[in-house]
Amino acid sequence: MDGTAVTKVVLLACGSFNPITNMHLRMFELARDHLEDSGYQVLQGIISPVGDGYKKKGLIEAKHRLEMARLASENSWITVDSWEGLQTDWVETAKVIRRYYNEKIAPEQNNDDVDTVKYGKKRRFEEYYVTSSSSMENRDGTRLMLLCGADVLESFGVPNLWKPEDIEEIVGFFGLVCITRAGSEPLKFIHQSDTLWKHRKNIHIVQEWVTNEISATHVRRALRRGRSVRYLLPDSVLNYIHDHHLYSEDSEQKNAGVVLAPFQRYSDASTS
Amino acid sequence: MAGCRIPLVLLACGSFNPITNQHMRLFEVARDHMHSTGKYNVLGGIISPVSDSYGKQGLAPAKHRIAMAKLALQTSDWIRVDEWESQQPDWTETVVTMRHHHNHILQKYRESTTTHNGNITATSNPSVQLKLLCGADFLDSFKTPGLWLDEHIEEVSGRFGLVCVSRGELLPERTVHESDILSRHRQNVFLVTEWVRNETSATEVRRALRRGASVKYLIPDPVLQYIQQHSLYTRDSEKRNEGTLLRPLTKQATNPESSMDD
Repeated sequence: MDGTAVTKVVLLACGSFNPITNMHLRMFELARDHLEDSGYQVLQGIISPVGDGYKKKGLIEAKHRLEMARLASENSWITVDSWEGLQTDWVETAKVIRRYYNEKIAPEQNNDDVDTVKYGKKRRFEEYYVTSSSSMENRDGTRLMLLCGADVLESFGVPNLWKPEDIEEIVGFFGLVCITRAGSEPLKFIHQSDTLWKHRKNIHIVQEWVTNEISATHVRRALRRGRSVRYLLPDSVLNYIHDHHLYSEDSEQKNAGVVLAPFQRYSDASTS
Repeated sequence: MAGCRIPLVLLACGSFNPITNQHMRLFEVARDHMHSTGKYNVLGGIISPVSDSYGKQGLAPAKHRIAMAKLALQTSDWIRVDEWESQQPDWTETVVTMRHHHNHILQKYRESTTTHNGNITATSNPSVQLKLLCGADFLDSFKTPGLWLDEHIEEVSGRFGLVCVSRGELLPERTVHESDILSRHRQNVFLVTEWVRNETSATEVRRALRRGASVKYLIPDPVLQYIQQHSLYTRDSEKRNEGTLLRPLTKQATNPESSMDD
């Protein structure tokens, strides 16, 4: 890596955001502080709420989740990308990252890329892709990293939730910024996985010393019970929830008994 | 039946150095809980920042702490900031602050109920109560030698009552159990568990600010802007009052407060 050039990073957070909370927003702040401390320059933060096709229990319509995320991130360096949320079928996270990189980041690279002169066309993602981790060091240009909590990292171990090649791509090519939480041991988890361990330099663990467990699950539960969730999420999101009467006992029953899309897809594939 | 509920005001005393989302959560959680008992109707909440004479290390000037609290509560329709305690010449015992506010509230309540009916309200209507709202760490501070007089703990828990919201590791049930005074008044000590573990504290916020780390979403945006505008909370500001004894420890050691002024 060029000693004088600062590596630029864009953070992408995938998830249900059902609803978005101050904890989600804090993740971006913590990640940015950590990366900039390590010498990176964080350009942007992107929220990409999952589509309804994910079929998670209690997942309300993407249009609401998108709007709440937009309200929450107004007047900040974080923005919302609606592509994933608007897809009918569930899209693998690796594909979401790849698509964002190709459409939004790769084109920008070509402005500095000396190869456009030589090749006269835009280089696509596949041409940037490298198959061995050692060449990671030589890769230049803006990096797109997946931002997540330690629970997502640990979900890599859940059978049929992630394709092994997707995990390899996410940590091998893109990079992961993982915010710890109480009760998780991300370093141990990395140590216990050969794939993760191979790409450990690409996995940035951010220690959250101030426990903050405002989970969306808790927020939904409080709302169902008529309890206040003020100050756990931005006022604008709270007002939206009340205006649209979101999160009731009924909404929590949505997709009850339905198999989560990744499980459905990967067990179908394995049985076919 | 709302008419039979006891009208209640919640008072939180503390440094509020600075005010955080967690402070405001205390009020929301406490109000929900007291309503859910079926016996209370929470009329309002008061934040009473301590005066500068408290002498705590790193305490920013009261005028700033008051300004920040006001900014934080701009959008709240039931919680307000009160400057009385911060304006007193010396540090004021919590129980004295409570007496002051209780008298004030009683007067206000009496006035508004007579206006409505045209005559004095029937004695069957319960009189408005004032309870101290705090976190488990505050409750725990009753144990610190010299910080509280026994007769004050007696009055705060017996005459007024406490609503204590816990989070994290501290177990307020144990604190109540280990105190004879609190145990005697346990019917008047309401323990509320905030299941969302949130260890945001003003101390952590100041630490982050000193280190140039982000505190966005831990405190309201207007408060963050205020802090940046006035460059509050630096390495130097944290040294303020360094080595000084907390005022309660000196005031109460030499000059015990006489009970019940009124």
